[in-house]
Amino acid sequence: MPRVVSTSRARAGGKLKLAIPRGALWSDTLDALDRVGTDTAELRSDSRSLVFEVDGLTLVTMRPSDIPTYVEAGAADLGITGKDVLLEQRERVVYEVLDLHYGACRMVLAGREGDPALGESERRLGGMRIATKYPRIAERHFEETGRQAEVIEVKGSVELAPIVGLADGIVDLVATGRTLADNGLEVREEIAVCTARLVANRVSHKLRAREVDGLVERFREATQR
Amino acid sequence: MMQRMIHPTPPGTRDVLPEEMRELRALETALHAAFDEHGYGEVATPTIEYAETLQRGDERYANAAYRFFDERGDLLAMRSDMTIPIARLVATRFQDQEPPIRVSYVARAYRAVNPQQGQMREFTQAGVELIGAPAPDGTAEVITVLSAALDAVGLTRAVVGLGDADLYRQLLGELGVEEEARDRILDRLAAHDLVGLDAEVEAVDGLSAEGRATLLALPAMRGGKEILERARELGGEVVERATARLQATYDALAERGVADRVLLDLGLLRDLGYYTGAILEVYDPALGHILGGGGRYDTLLDRFGRDLPAAGFALYLEPLHVAQAEEERQEERG
Repeated sequence: MPRVVSTSRARAGGKLKLAIPRGALWSDTLDALDRVGTDTAELRSDSRSLVFEVDGLTLVTMRPSDIPTYVEAGAADLGITGKDVLLEQRERVVYEVLDLHYGACRMVLAGREGDPALGESERRLGGMRIATKYPRIAERHFEETGRQAEVIEVKGSVELAPIVGLADGIVDLVATGRTLADNGLEVREEIAVCTARLVANRVSHKLRAREVDGLVERFREATQR
Repeated sequence: MMQRMIHPTPPGTRDVLPEEMRELRALETALHAAFDEHGYGEVATPTIEYAETLQRGDERYANAAYRFFDERGDLLAMRSDMTIPIARLVATRFQDQEPPIRVSYVARAYRAVNPQQGQMREFTQAGVELIGAPAPDGTAEVITVLSAALDAVGLTRAVVGLGDADLYRQLLGELGVEEEARDRILDRLAAHDLVGLDAEVEAVDGLSAEGRATLLALPAMRGGKEILERARELGGEVVERATARLQATYDALAERGVADRVLLDLGLLRDLGYYTGAILEVYDPALGHILGGGGRYDTLLDRFGRDLPAAGFALYLEPLHVAQAEEERQEERG
């Protein structure tokens, strides 16, 4: 049974708290934890607990997009999340200490296959309409490439937007491209390649430097082949 | 039922009620006492300054968050810290006073922030400025006062991070990394993005293997005085000079008995433009945020017409209060 652990923030002397992402990065993260020598059997068998005590670490599980929030506040000393999340939450102050190389995805601009709507809207309407779950990444991409766009934030299946005419295109994270193809969409531009990253709280990175560096090194050895 | 009327305050601002106010007042009183004891007299300056004055201290004030025109059409700005107003004050009001000049303050300042992250756009800073005392002794005195202030508010576990603002920039210069490549690398370091830093350093053409290794190793070097030895092994004149500066400060701190409060950190970089040499950050194990910062700004006073070396720190009162409460809570729990 999971124990309720102390809620205090950065406890010097206690075990390091590592926030790990549920969802797409979950199984690769557990594999990586296995390779750094952490027993993940309990995590694999118990899908409902949020907090796990394993040898030397307290593991807390959450949505990938919450991880920068917890780590910035020091509620977790370290965390694993996607580069897409870090790019979208650029203002969060966390140390990005290691590229874990797994969970590679591309952040892309996509439009309907053979559909000229993107370019046409830009020429005739002054800007394209883009639906996305990543409004900040999208806005920054268009700013940096000197173009205007109306960025529409949606929460659910973003592929729907160009099909029914909410938007001319989408900015989204693509792993295999299958979902895009299934919905008659194609990649037009690649914005960034996103892999899983290990991040650290600013204060933990300083005050628990030795333990943090030790864990970073173990992850480096386990993921850099 | 009658609709209750709600009158919110702007995001990033808040009211303080008596119970909290009493505690904040006690905190301020303790800090004042510590500052006084070390000979730092309190000063106050206007909340608003001419935008030009603030910009003279730091060009980036061109983007100060809150600027407005007064009835004469002059551009005014809300101060975002006390260091520049005090540089102005010292240069104009203490023209004939023999340095060193020691002043302290507890004052509100204003910054554009993201209130969602719990940051405040109006906040209180408590700190000191020591004008006319060069490194390393001036720096050591400021850290001594900082240490006493932390003890005075019960944060005996708090730690002062000590780095060097010039180290990384000058190292890039020494290695011939200039302009855009240099700015991109500094930008990644300032963003705490060590993965991006790695990629930017890899992307620079013509770097020696040793140069590359030094650029990648320094940001991870933090700890006791042993890291100075490790840094020296990396070689190079810039690293040699910076470690010598840090060593001198460290030795001066050891003489004053506060060296064990300091965490040397060669990756430290603060985002204010006026720092030269030593830079400081304050951490407490009970809180995930920094509690304050500071450092040397030996060229700032000159911009106001009095060429004097200077150093100081500012503690952020509200996070300090949170850390105090958190420490008390942890103590009660055992």
